Amino acid sequence: MQDVIRGKVWTLGDNIDTDGIISGKYLTVLDPAELRKHVFEIALPGFAEAAQKGDIVVAGRNFACGSSREAAPQALRAVGVGAVLADSFARIFYRNCINLGVPAIEVDGVRRVFENGDPARIEMSAGRIVNERTQAEIRFPPIPPHLLELLEVGGLVEKVRLELLQSRGAAPA
Amino acid sequence: MNAPQHGMTLAEKILSRASGLERVVPGQIVEGRVDLAMMHEQGAQTVAPFQQMGADHVWDPERVVIAIDHWVPASTEGAAVIHRILRKFAAQYHLPHFYDVGRHGICHQVLAEDGWVVPGDLAVGTDSHTNMLGAMGAVAAGVGPTELAAVLALGRLWLKAPPTIKINVRGKLGPGITSKDLTLRIVGEVTTSGATYKSIEFTGPTIDALSMSERFTLCNMTTEMGAKCGMIAPDQKTFDYLEKTAKHAMHPLRADADARYERVLDIDVDGMPPMVACPYSPDNVRPLPDVVKEHVKVDQVFLGSCTNARIDDLREGARLMKGLKVHAGVRFIVSPASTAIYQQCLHEGIIDIFTEAGAVFTNSSCSACFGGNMGILAPDEVCASSSNRNFPGRMGAKEARIYLMSPAATVATAVKGEIADPRELG
Repeated sequence: MQDVIRGKVWTLGDNIDTDGIISGKYLTVLDPAELRKHVFEIALPGFAEAAQKGDIVVAGRNFACGSSREAAPQALRAVGVGAVLADSFARIFYRNCINLGVPAIEVDGVRRVFENGDPARIEMSAGRIVNERTQAEIRFPPIPPHLLELLEVGGLVEKVRLELLQSRGAAPA
Repeated sequence: MNAPQHGMTLAEKILSRASGLERVVPGQIVEGRVDLAMMHEQGAQTVAPFQQMGADHVWDPERVVIAIDHWVPASTEGAAVIHRILRKFAAQYHLPHFYDVGRHGICHQVLAEDGWVVPGDLAVGTDSHTNMLGAMGAVAAGVGPTELAAVLALGRLWLKAPPTIKINVRGKLGPGITSKDLTLRIVGEVTTSGATYKSIEFTGPTIDALSMSERFTLCNMTTEMGAKCGMIAPDQKTFDYLEKTAKHAMHPLRADADARYERVLDIDVDGMPPMVACPYSPDNVRPLPDVVKEHVKVDQVFLGSCTNARIDDLREGARLMKGLKVHAGVRFIVSPASTAIYQQCLHEGIIDIFTEAGAVFTNSSCSACFGGNMGILAPDEVCASSSNRNFPGRMGAKEARIYLMSPAATVATAVKGEIADPRELG
């Protein structure tokens, strides 16, 4: 994970549920590249076609509530989003993002800092998010060490892989 | 060592047990040993990460349940592939507890019926409504499939100990008023984000009086308040329910009298009317009689889901339905929560009553609840449902409008063709 993340912002409102990110009808789709085509079909039509690698999603309160579907962060990871920012997250989605190595940052008030299309800069270790158009900024509390560790190794799969290797006495590959 | 300054909530007690610590406090990160891990179809996405982690075995096959429920039997090629992935995984890693087609049911319901989650447990599952099992006096929470892969590999997961909201309920539910009405009222008051990351503990004489089935409904929809878990301390009803089925040792725990709660919500149900959650959010809750006055015509009615398709729900539905007909032009779908409940309905004549009335009685599955299998809504259609979510697109087209209500209210609505009060049917 980079310490400074830059990208173009896509804004969303409050209480966007996971059906709005990936509809129930795509839940038998296992291929992330295919899921990517349908991301935000309900909540933000047009996103899937126009989104670029590195773009940043900025949502309001209770982002990604509802169903536990990991297809939602999977699809965002397939887009290659730089980060997901929200005033607040629903808990399973937040865990899923971190587990998949997608930086998710919760900071109340972040939604008001951006308009759709604004350039954002996120400074992870400084704990700062800046709107590079308006220079408005907002600070976020440090990401807890165990979550940062997960993001830094690239997600839960890699973390458990290393842990299992260590428990067997082998040096990490 | 200093004595603790105050007692612990039920969630804190259970997480202390799971993590082997004397006490935990909200905000503390703990590693909890898992007592039960459940996978449904989303578990197909557990397989690849599990293998990428380099795990060569599942930590404890006796603590793992696979229960397919969303597309049963497989209704699309994609679902068939998912089911096959799970069957192969179960065979390869010697996981004997697979609820496959024929003995299937909604995952939470089969966990409850067969005693897979017992008091004091830490249980996780790949479905968000895993919270339902909190009614056993357990911490039961939904996790993603990658997280579940880590649980299968290690038998534990990290958790941030949640602060607890205590919801204390007193008063007597009136005739025709159900635990679903109470549940909707609470979701309306707490809102869909009011308990995010938190634990909810239900207490009070009204909760004591609820059956296990009614408690499942209440804990099931703590998910709709954003809660990590929702629970009820075990009592004699819990022990009786699990008497013949408990799969492992119980550790009955209760909150301390001097536990510290983030918030205490007192609810009095005396005089409470039936409730309904209107489009497009489970917290958009209004008294049902107010909505009845608006003559909301429906195209489809669904009596099913993990929230409300147990035998008592279907018995009450059949009692109201008997001798009546489904309104012309209305599709009434009834789906029991498990194969055991299906068989019970068959023996008790409940299937006859619904089908003679013009309803379709399906096999057990999540059915119309999630908009991916059957009973899908066209744009602008209206559905009355005993399920748990009514977000845009939940049951099909994003414009479709879903009203959440009790099983009894779905029957009244199916008969009248518009949203109706079950007390009108007696």
